[in-house]
Amino acid sequence: MSRIEVRDLEKRYDDAVVLERMSLTVESGSFCALVGASGCGKTTFLKIILGQEQATKGTLTIDGAPIAPEPDPDRGIVFQRYSVFPHLTALQNLILVADFKAAGPFARTFGVRRKEARVDAEALLERVGLAHARNRYPAELSGGMQQRLAIAQTLLGRPKVLLLDEPFGALDPGIRGEMHDLLREIWDETRMTILMVTHDISEAFKLADRILVFDKIRRDPQAPTAYGAHIAHDVPNNPAKPPVAGDLARVARSLGARDNHPHQPEGESP
Amino acid sequence: MRLVNARPGRGSSLALGALPILLVLGAYVYASAQRLSANPDDKLLPSIPQMWRAFLALATEPEKRSGDILLWSDTLASLERLGIGVGAATLSALTLGIAIGFIPRIRATLGPFVAVLSVIPPLAVLPILFIALGLGEASKITLIALGIAPVMIRDIAGRTADIPEELIVKAQTLGASTWAMIIRLVLPQVLPRLLVAVRLQLGPAWLFLIAAEAIASTEGLGYRIFLVRRYMAMDVILPYVVWITLLAVLMDWILARLSISAFPWAHPREAGR
Repeated sequence: MSRIEVRDLEKRYDDAVVLERMSLTVESGSFCALVGASGCGKTTFLKIILGQEQATKGTLTIDGAPIAPEPDPDRGIVFQRYSVFPHLTALQNLILVADFKAAGPFARTFGVRRKEARVDAEALLERVGLAHARNRYPAELSGGMQQRLAIAQTLLGRPKVLLLDEPFGALDPGIRGEMHDLLREIWDETRMTILMVTHDISEAFKLADRILVFDKIRRDPQAPTAYGAHIAHDVPNNPAKPPVAGDLARVARSLGARDNHPHQPEGESP
Repeated sequence: MRLVNARPGRGSSLALGALPILLVLGAYVYASAQRLSANPDDKLLPSIPQMWRAFLALATEPEKRSGDILLWSDTLASLERLGIGVGAATLSALTLGIAIGFIPRIRATLGPFVAVLSVIPPLAVLPILFIALGLGEASKITLIALGIAPVMIRDIAGRTADIPEELIVKAQTLGASTWAMIIRLVLPQVLPRLLVAVRLQLGPAWLFLIAAEAIASTEGLGYRIFLVRRYMAMDVILPYVVWITLLAVLMDWILARLSISAFPWAHPREAGR
């Protein structure tokens, strides 16, 4: 169970309002795609769920409990860049999760537990197709392989909610397709709640069962930062079927109106 | 072809690199021969055989009064001071650097203090050290450590703060405590940079060592060159300078190799070869 509830959330940096009047309920096991123009607060929203940023107003609960004000194992994340630890090999990156859980003065597992962690890690590497690369460092892996490793690492943490911040934005289209298949298999198996920020509408319709379009409700041409975004469209979707033409057009229109480069990676949040 | 595109090959790179060294050496040999032919007792530019004889005497014959072989006792004394001083600076750079770079409250507390420390000219503090710690080993070692530590601490703190936020957030989502992040994430990422910092600070460390030895010491490489300066013994000074240079180059080389073999992930290109 991992139901996310957002009530009247607001986020502002000094005078700039990024998010306002945001309310949302995400049912446990749902796969939501977060889309919207660049700088409309999708990534900020993800950071708030993650605990990396704090909301200025409003509440955010997972299974009824307010989220911790710092990142913790409840919420797993896969970033687009720096998604794995560069000083560890693929296998070590996965064993690290057990090491962190073991804590202690060395933050390492020993003996039987280390063996178990190793077996788990090897099995997962096999599962995501990286068994042959177990002893390679991330710099020696392709972008797609790094993201496979990052997803595997995050899964080992057994989060309640999986957050994905444009995880496949830097990958070639072919590789991206493979990653979609992997992600869908994982979702089918685990049914964890997934929130994915993406710029790729077709990716959103292919994977998610719900598409949340972020947009500003009000606009002041004299003061572009005076008002924030919230969820302008909430579009249910069946990822197993081709998208409903009307839905696709609606989402594309709300994105395309002010953003002519939907595939550009999003800049830093204001 | 434009100059910026004309790249020398392996062989010509080596030849080009040796050229200035050979030129300087040749100029010296010529000038020395000129002066010695005018006055065989000239002390200013001794010939290479003269220097070799003087060096060999220092490296093999025990000194009459103390029975020590001067080159080795000098080298040992200097390296011991250098080793302890650089070691202490390295250790403080690692602990304080990581603490300042990683923990906001410690950064707020110690950051400005270290920044002020690092702009004090260490040699200006030397008299204070001599007064407070006496003329023995402690003041010399402290000068070296104090001279290079602030720069190293700031370097490591900066490198720690440069670790991508993503990695730190990710570690926390995997359940890492602050301490776990320090020893499993920050420390390994900072160690290669620490070796670079040590390499860069070895130059200043030698400077402080020789300055301290020149002023108050009874043995050491810096002490020796300043002692024999009174007799204009260039046949000792020049080989000692070459010897110090060799030691410094060797240390630098060892540290560079150590970094490549111990942290292959930080050198994707070199390690692949």
